[in-house]
Amino acid sequence: MSVKTLMINGQMVSASEDQTLLDVLRENGIELPTLCHLDGLTPIGACRLCLVELAGSNKLHPACMTRITEGMEVTTHSERLVKYRRMILELLFAERNHFCSICVINGQCDLQQMGYDVGMDHVRFEYQCPAVEVDASHERFIMDHNRCVLCTRCVRVCHEMEGAHTRDVMGRGGSSRIITDLNQLWGKSGSCTGCGKCVQVCPTGALFEKGRSAAEVVKQRDFLVYIKTAREKHLWIQ
Amino acid sequence: MTGEELLAAAEKEQAARRQAKYCVAVCAAAGCHSLGSTSIREIFQKAVNEAGLGEQILLYGTGCLGLCHAGPLVEIQRYREDSWERWLYHHVNEGMVAEIVRHHLGGDQPLAQFLYPLDDPFFRSQYKIVLENAGRINPERLEDYIGADGYSALWKAVSEMTPMDVVREVTQSGLRGRGGGGYPTGLKWSTVAKSKGSRKFVVCNADEGDPGAFMDRSILEGDPHRILEGMALAAYAIGAEQGYIYVRGEYPMAISRLKTAIRQAEKVQLLGNRILESAFNFRVDLRIGAGAFVCGEETALIGSIEGNRGTPRPRPPFPAEKGLWDMPTLINNVETFANVPAIVRNGGQWFSRIGTEKSKGTKVFALAGKIVHTGLIEVPMGISLRQVIFDIGGGIPDGKQFKAAQTGGPSGGCIPLPHLDLPIDYESLIKVGSMMGSGGLIVMDETSCMVDVARFFMQFCMDESCGKCVPCRAGTAQIYRILEKISSGTASLHDLELMEELCDLLKHTSLCGLGQTAPNPVVSTLRYFREEYLAHIEQKTCPAGVCRMGAPDAACGSAEPVQEKENCL
Ligand SMILES: Cc1cc2nc3c(=O)[nH]c(=O)nc-3n(C[C@H](O)[C@H](O)[C@H](O)COP(=O)(O)O)c2cc1C
Ligand code: SF4
Ligand code: SF4
Ligand code: FES
Repeated sequence: MSVKTLMINGQMVSASEDQTLLDVLRENGIELPTLCHLDGLTPIGACRLCLVELAGSNKLHPACMTRITEGMEVTTHSERLVKYRRMILELLFAERNHFCSICVINGQCDLQQMGYDVGMDHVRFEYQCPAVEVDASHERFIMDHNRCVLCTRCVRVCHEMEGAHTRDVMGRGGSSRIITDLNQLWGKSGSCTGCGKCVQVCPTGALFEKGRSAAEVVKQRDFLVYIKTAREKHLWIQ
Repeated sequence: MTGEELLAAAEKEQAARRQAKYCVAVCAAAGCHSLGSTSIREIFQKAVNEAGLGEQILLYGTGCLGLCHAGPLVEIQRYREDSWERWLYHHVNEGMVAEIVRHHLGGDQPLAQFLYPLDDPFFRSQYKIVLENAGRINPERLEDYIGADGYSALWKAVSEMTPMDVVREVTQSGLRGRGGGGYPTGLKWSTVAKSKGSRKFVVCNADEGDPGAFMDRSILEGDPHRILEGMALAAYAIGAEQGYIYVRGEYPMAISRLKTAIRQAEKVQLLGNRILESAFNFRVDLRIGAGAFVCGEETALIGSIEGNRGTPRPRPPFPAEKGLWDMPTLINNVETFANVPAIVRNGGQWFSRIGTEKSKGTKVFALAGKIVHTGLIEVPMGISLRQVIFDIGGGIPDGKQFKAAQTGGPSGGCIPLPHLDLPIDYESLIKVGSMMGSGGLIVMDETSCMVDVARFFMQFCMDESCGKCVPCRAGTAQIYRILEKISSGTASLHDLELMEELCDLLKHTSLCGLGQTAPNPVVSTLRYFREEYLAHIEQKTCPAGVCRMGAPDAACGSAEPVQEKENCL
């Protein structure tokens, strides 16, 4: 694997060719908020929180999907990038019903943490307050659409890791909804194996386990990289 | 079919047309069809037969004749002393048919009172390449297309040109993509030609989704073989054996004409294996869209053809490198492909002499809104907006004042009065804050409210956002909400500021062109008509008298974008 040198915020950094820009940034201690990305899942570049500036390009690029090249010059925290990240988070908070104080995952939520990280002390946009449903039909899990940010992490883990493809997206724009099977109740799903991977990868309180108090909700995500590496290296064969 | 047979078939068709006493082309395109042109054609045929002229008259339905507001249209042609004479009857009804047959077809006496003057600026200022066969061919007959030199470019390519020659000819022509972006077609072709892959694909983007646009539709319905020939030439040039036409489901007539055309072409080896007895193979299949505007975006379109949900993905990689099933894929618009046969037939040089330095050839526009001649036109690039609206379009009806023209649909912007002499080309339109787009041209007069116009387009983008990325999904809803407040006189200057910030956000952070260009109508109306916005906000009045002031403020829980109550508990 060949080694490339790039310039990140004025610092020279070396990286191996197969890394994404996000990998390299994290390796070098530069934190970017990410929502749709999760190590182990196929990146989709949808949340737009990890956008960075690349010298010589007038567009912004999602670090999670950018392949590194020799001599690449990256800026990660320019004034406008910081502003855009905050606005995107504000848009998310205003889109559905995110009331942290009464949320099952209060204190453990990725979205909430990101709000703190970018210094979002209030939301300037009008709350859309959509009337969306809660699906509590599954015997162990609950899907609360009020908290869903449509990152599709649950959809991808279900398809890519569990191989069940129970979850998918229906509709478009603001009326997009995460569905189970052909928009059936989760409890009636014939394809769901009840593995709970979706619950673990969900960044917010949209997916959670029944019967747990807020303090008990801690999401496990290491299994993703573990499974993926095992698969790629055929670890179970030995 | 061999090349020689092709040429012979063309000769035969041309001779038949020349020998006919008259050729009668009844417009069968959507506009005239909805005004009853199909029954007019039947009545015509019956009258001709009854007058005993059936043998001498060639009567057929044809593609859009352009003057849609004056339909049903009938064009009569006659070959006399080495040239064609033409007459155009407008607003044709049953009574007129009988008279036309008796006096004009039977007695060689054209009925001046029913004729539309062909020296009208509407016709004189146009230049037809893409629409050259409108009036000349019956789109359902392959022989007609062959008679109009159809497939002669393909024969020329497979018999005397290398694939690189074809790419060179297209590059030299200066043709740029007609799907909106204006990317140089030759450059795209040579990139795909050089990309490595075990298979390659040619895709025709016929998902025309801009509100009010029907350019691509008219080409597909009026001259389907032209698209197939253009695609075959592209396939030959880049080394593809399979093509797809992604056509929107709302165009049943285009779909059926394309199906017919593919079947006809396959039957005589103009498509399929060993085309025109050469070593070149190429098949075309249709894929029908299901009504999402975003599926016109090339990466979403690819996803849709592959059978997935049609949502865009970040580029790079570009389809030219990794497209359908990760193979190099060439995607062009309908009108782009429609230019190709003429370019290969007449040479890139010929094409590059038409238009301006950087925008070559012609552009088809659909004229709509407050304009006398609504319809379909094809004009050379570089023509001024004034000529298009006032000469060709006949100006503004009812003695009203011109206010602005919107080009580029929901991704474009408005062009106000001071820019009326702007030459229509890719760069000039971008300079004034609009874009060429696919060719919709909506004219607005003094009775149009620009806030309302912006609101209309923002609603369109909000409804059509695929929902994948946050800025577009949630941002369009917020901008729309603010526009709604402005147009009901309930917004503050702070809202206006917030809206401008959102526009900047969407432009720079959205994943695909839909979100990136969605703010354009707002930004451009703000640029030229800011005082109208301010009147709504500060004086709470709508200068054009369109907006209803003081409409109830939408309360929490009724925000428009998320009102799909059906699935709520
Ligand atoms: C939201 C969106 C919708 C689009 N719709 C169309 C369309 O309906 N037809 C089309 O030809 N191109 C459309 N495009 C442009 C295509 O992505 C692509 O650039 C084009 O088909 C390339 O062809 P060309 O180079 O011949 O213009 C759309 C782009 C976006 C972002
Ligand atoms: S349920 Fe959770 S993981 Fe799934 S899309 Fe919504 S926020 Fe993302
Ligand atoms: S910009 Fe809009 S249409 Fe494009 S990917 Fe994002 S949400 Fe979908
Ligand atoms: S984490 Fe990169 S776009 Fe969401």
